[in-house]
Amino acid sequence: MIRAALVREWQVLLRGRGTVINPIAFLLLTTTLFVIAAPDAMTTAADQSSAVAPGVLWSLVLLTQLLALDSMYRRDFDSGVLEQTLVGAQVPFVAVLIRIFMQWLSTGFIMVGLVPLLGLMLGLSSQALPATALALLLGTPALSLLGSIGASVTVGFNRGGVILALLVLPLFLPTLVFGADMVISAQAGRSVMPQVYALSLISLVALALAPFATLAGLKISLEMQ
Amino acid sequence: MIDGATLTPQPLLHATALSCERGGQRLFSPLSLSVLPGDYIELIGENGSGKSTLLRTLAGLHSQFTGEYRSQDALYQGHRLGLDGLLTPLENLAWFAGLEDCPSDRETTLDALDRAGVLVKAYSLCSAMSAGQQRRVAMARWLLSSRKLWLLDEPLTALDASAQGLLGEIIAEHCASGGAAICATHNPIDISNKSELILQADKLGARS
Repeated sequence: MIRAALVREWQVLLRGRGTVINPIAFLLLTTTLFVIAAPDAMTTAADQSSAVAPGVLWSLVLLTQLLALDSMYRRDFDSGVLEQTLVGAQVPFVAVLIRIFMQWLSTGFIMVGLVPLLGLMLGLSSQALPATALALLLGTPALSLLGSIGASVTVGFNRGGVILALLVLPLFLPTLVFGADMVISAQAGRSVMPQVYALSLISLVALALAPFATLAGLKISLEMQ
Repeated sequence: MIDGATLTPQPLLHATALSCERGGQRLFSPLSLSVLPGDYIELIGENGSGKSTLLRTLAGLHSQFTGEYRSQDALYQGHRLGLDGLLTPLENLAWFAGLEDCPSDRETTLDALDRAGVLVKAYSLCSAMSAGQQRRVAMARWLLSSRKLWLLDEPLTALDASAQGLLGEIIAEHCASGGAAICATHNPIDISNKSELILQADKLGARS
């Protein structure tokens, strides 16, 4: 079952490339907007580090994730794949976990790879780049996991986008705080271990709770239609 | 060969005083039913009498009900077929097989698609197929499933005459081989040995 689900997710990912490309394009575009609108704030001098770049970067990551979350379960909901999963699967929990993993792979994981480019655009000091990538690697799983809860509850609504944002953004706050703080510390040359622990903790707690909550949310959504 | 199991077959589904609700409103009077291997039950009732909700309840998708039921793992076919438009029929069927943990190889899957009359479409995307053809792919999926109890919600939708005949054949075969089917429909399906379950919309609208 795990293999079949992974194969399907992979095939859908390859054929529906828009779900991967659109959020990433959004991230690059909004980052560009910031650079154009406030070029002075994003200093690129090697010896100086930008004060707002960490916050801007993490805020845009959150918004990008939010954009991607809206479509997380929508296709499967509309096509009936979701109800078949809940009826047919021996362990629906595993199917949900796989969906969340693939969602992270197609958003958070790709953002980690974009860190050098984003850092360059926003004027992050180069010494902070590895820590920034690590912060995203540890923090974005929590965004996918917690966001999955909101996506599962709002998938039955025709225009669930705004409600999704209201539900999910508060849940993202701890990740935002420690994620941005980790980049700030790295720029200042301080140790980032406290933030590494905090982000890991948030992601692990999310991993323990989110799949169950998602499953419950999906059941409610399927019942409300 | 006679053994205990054939003398007293285990019911695939047993419901006692089951009644479904939507938004606190009871949909139909409580019903009791027992579905044995070989049974084909046609679920009849006007719009809004709760046919779909009853089937969703039996499939485990609807939790607002009173009474109780026990059932084996069922195959549920709702209005949404569960076919991913970005996948081909072959890939969709492979996913279904993996979901239910029933063995499937390419050969048997192609045979099932052939029987359902959509072999030519085996390698094209489901989103490019007509509604009727997608329904035929769903029928091929029933052929591959190992589930005994089929819950079918208006399976005749969008099917042409030949496919409707085929549907009757497939259900009759399934019941003859020890399976059972409950089928919500407005047009009777041509099966010789059927029983009917008529759902009466609960006019009183008893609040619970």
